[in-house]
Amino acid sequence: MAAEGSNSIDALGQFQLHSALGAVGGSVNFTQSNLMMIIAGLGVMGLLWMGMKPRAMVPGRLQSAAEMGYETIMGMCTETIGGPKSRKYFPFVFTLFFFILFGNLLGVFPLFFTFTSHVMVTLALSLTVFLLVTFVGIKEHGLHWFTYFVPQGIPRALAPLMVTIEIISYLSRIISLSVRLFANMMAGHVMLEVFGSFIVMLGGLGLLGYFPAALSLGVNTMLIGFELLVATLQAYVFAILTCIYLHDAVHLH
Amino acid sequence: MDVASAKMLGAGIAMIALAGVGVGMGTIFGSLVTSVARNPASRASVFPLAILGFALTEAVALYALVIAFIILFV
Repeated sequence: MAAEGSNSIDALGQFQLHSALGAVGGSVNFTQSNLMMIIAGLGVMGLLWMGMKPRAMVPGRLQSAAEMGYETIMGMCTETIGGPKSRKYFPFVFTLFFFILFGNLLGVFPLFFTFTSHVMVTLALSLTVFLLVTFVGIKEHGLHWFTYFVPQGIPRALAPLMVTIEIISYLSRIISLSVRLFANMMAGHVMLEVFGSFIVMLGGLGLLGYFPAALSLGVNTMLIGFELLVATLQAYVFAILTCIYLHDAVHLH
Repeated sequence: MDVASAKMLGAGIAMIALAGVGVGMGTIFGSLVTSVARNPASRASVFPLAILGFALTEAVALYALVIAFIILFV
């Protein structure tokens, strides 16, 4: 929260969890993060249900949004995963993309909480992707899947080293995928918080502080626009990386 | 040097990673401009790749930021 009168900026206080929905929520540790996940899920379902209800030949605004999302993810799946089986993974990627997108975008609104700014949430998402990709790879190729860790055309002497590196890079997907999303969302909100605190602190200085305070208000306004870009971009990146990993699992390189 | 000031210095040093990120982003968008200038028709297919590269490079900057935050606040 903004520093009232004090000279320190509590940039990470906004990520603190507290229980929502009163006593019932408190007894089962239902936090505002969970509440936001439910809101995001309902938002996605609402968009798709309300958007596709008219079934108009000339789509309205909501219907275009729903259709555009469908077409973008479908194009991403068929182009990146490739092959006849790519449509099978479309529902998963679509759900993942829209859940993260709504989570990121809802966080930009004031008084709303960004659940993707917690590494726990993104780690759970990336673990799901990782386990699915491994499962798909083993299901598609059986034990032959393990040749994925042996790059083709390397000298035999280098093989143990390369296999170790490949396994480490395969495992580090979990961390890179989760930390990318979490760090992007957290950094954006910390920057908003820091510049918001600047406004309060500079405004407290009197006439001398008004100009820099207005300047940081302008910066904050631009940052919110930037946050909208980052929110969409990170959901897109998460979805396309999932597609790339699925491509690796289905085709082995 | 006490721990508090060492933490501040460490967080600042962690941000040296941004030099590499700056080089990377310059390379990505420089290559984007070059390729679109050579073949303007390729813009639609090249732009998503550039955005993907931008996001992946930006992530490196944010890893450094997270490390700085861990040094400062944890």
